Amino acid sequence: MTTAENPVRYLDGTAVVDLPAQIDSTAEHALNDAYAAAAAHGSKTVLLNFAGVDFLSSTGIALIVGILARARKDGRAIHVSGLSAHYREIFEITRLSDFMTIFADENAALKGDGAR
Amino acid sequence: MISLTRTFRRAIGRGVDTPTAVTRAPSRAHVLETPPIDIAPNDPILAYFHAGSGAVAIDDLQLDSAAVTALRAAGVKLVVPLISQGELIGLLNLGRRLSDQDYSTDDRRLLEKLAAQASPAVRVAQLVREQEVEVRHRARIDQELRVAQLIQQQFLPKTLPDLPGWQIAAFYRAAAEVGGDFYDFIALPDGKLGLVVGDVTGHGVPAALVMATTRSVLRSEAPRLVAPSAVLERVNDYLHSDIPENMFVTCLYAVLDPRTGALTYANAGHDLPFVRRGDRVEELRATGMPLGAMAGMRYQEKEAVLGPGDVILLHSDGLAEAHDASHAMFGFGRMRTLMGGLGIGHDLIDGLLDALAQFTGPAWEQEDDITLVTLSRSAGVSGEHVLAEFHEPSVMGNERKVMERVAEVVRDVGLDPKRYERLKTAVSEAAMNAIEHGNHGDPGLPVHVRVSATDHEVTVRIVDNGGGTEIPEAETPDLEAKLAGLQKPRGWGLFLIKNMVDDLRTHTTETHHTVELVMRLGEKGAE
Repeated sequence: MTTAENPVRYLDGTAVVDLPAQIDSTAEHALNDAYAAAAAHGSKTVLLNFAGVDFLSSTGIALIVGILARARKDGRAIHVSGLSAHYREIFEITRLSDFMTIFADENAALKGDGAR
Repeated sequence: MISLTRTFRRAIGRGVDTPTAVTRAPSRAHVLETPPIDIAPNDPILAYFHAGSGAVAIDDLQLDSAAVTALRAAGVKLVVPLISQGELIGLLNLGRRLSDQDYSTDDRRLLEKLAAQASPAVRVAQLVREQEVEVRHRARIDQELRVAQLIQQQFLPKTLPDLPGWQIAAFYRAAAEVGGDFYDFIALPDGKLGLVVGDVTGHGVPAALVMATTRSVLRSEAPRLVAPSAVLERVNDYLHSDIPENMFVTCLYAVLDPRTGALTYANAGHDLPFVRRGDRVEELRATGMPLGAMAGMRYQEKEAVLGPGDVILLHSDGLAEAHDASHAMFGFGRMRTLMGGLGIGHDLIDGLLDALAQFTGPAWEQEDDITLVTLSRSAGVSGEHVLAEFHEPSVMGNERKVMERVAEVVRDVGLDPKRYERLKTAVSEAAMNAIEHGNHGDPGLPVHVRVSATDHEVTVRIVDNGGGTEIPEAETPDLEAKLAGLQKPRGWGLFLIKNMVDDLRTHTTETHHTVELVMRLGEKGAE
């Protein structure tokens, strides 16, 4: 599990970011710091793990768009895991799913299985 | 102090029979059977005792004192003051010696020593006794309050009537002393509804009993007589012959025809109800004397019609006549002004109580019972039920609170889980826009939320104080441009809302934005 002091886990070359429960303006620092840490670590892939997320607002979507924009500029892939059915629908409606690889859960993401 | 002296003397007189403790009557055995002697607080003998003179021979005293006269008459020859910590707490009264001789210097020394040693013990006994009396007194008051509360609770409605097209909310909070407030709803012939709010003079058990009686008479007479003035006349005559003198009951009785909105009412000296039509708040006036005060009273009967969106508030004086720390009164004017800006149902009640809490401050002890009953007619199409109406201050983060409250309200209206989640997201986004854009994050400006349903759809209406500028059309954000850094990452809210709900309606006036989120019932979420 990532913590505030150690926001990112590194597994098999992937930086795994366990997102806070609430992805809105309150998550801005956590998200940006985690991406910066993953970038500093030189990870080629950043996995945003939504397993613990129970609230996602449009401000939260903007934060993810911001991270995605930086990652694309940096030549880094963004993977996503643990989305609920509802949040997966939001990723599809916003077309975020066109720019990120979505996995059912963290294990699948690390194995590179079942990307949709 | 004087009463303590008496208490002490009575205790000694009954419990101790040694000649050193009390005098005996000249012609009888040891125990002095004198009646209690009252010593007035300004009697000069008190100063004499206080001066620490020790044992005092009553016959030698040259004082203009009623107490001395009384002591002499009772056959007391020698008085030894009992002093504890500088306070006179009692007297040892001695009659004539058995030998008929005067008390000797040795006798006096012995008695003074005895008094000095006995005083602290007597004082302790007195305190214990006072404490016991106090405890018994408090227990009796507590018991009375419990009984009064029980009666009150027993006779207040357990549920609210369910009238299609109408929303009813009620609030009652007893003061520590339990006043005589009551309210009631009475089912009447032809689908009409009787509404009662009343207040009995006084507190505690007597008020609660009169309240229970009034309620019973009202309940038995209302369905038979129906007309509010006739009902109050009948109840008045019944109570006048039945309730204790100096007690009376103020009471507002109204009959609503839910189909037409016609409200006929009569008032027996109770606080005037308020009615809100649009943004106007008026009082409903009708004259009449309180119930039980005089027999044969007549009551004016009036009628008002409640149109769609109209609200009435019936209340007792516990709210309007609450005082703050500087003794300023909350006031009917303030209630009336507040009512103009609040919602309906529990939103209205909560708004008034919040304002009261702010007015009185945290240390306030409620002075009288508070009763609030509101009745509002749905503003929308017929068949619409208002499920909830509330407001939240415009503080960032409250969009989640609004979402959770709406989620709770619509949990069982019949949305399938997928569409339920969509509505939640739409509500939270619309609430965030209202907080951030409409009200500019000003905590003093509330976001109003109203949830209603028909058989076919559920509607969440969110209103802010924006106004002036139209809410823009929802456009599809250009994600490529955002990812390329050509546009800001934000701007997803309206697009999300539009994609989450079946219908998004917006309406802008000079002062307000209204957003309505509509979800049809009985449809499945598309896969």
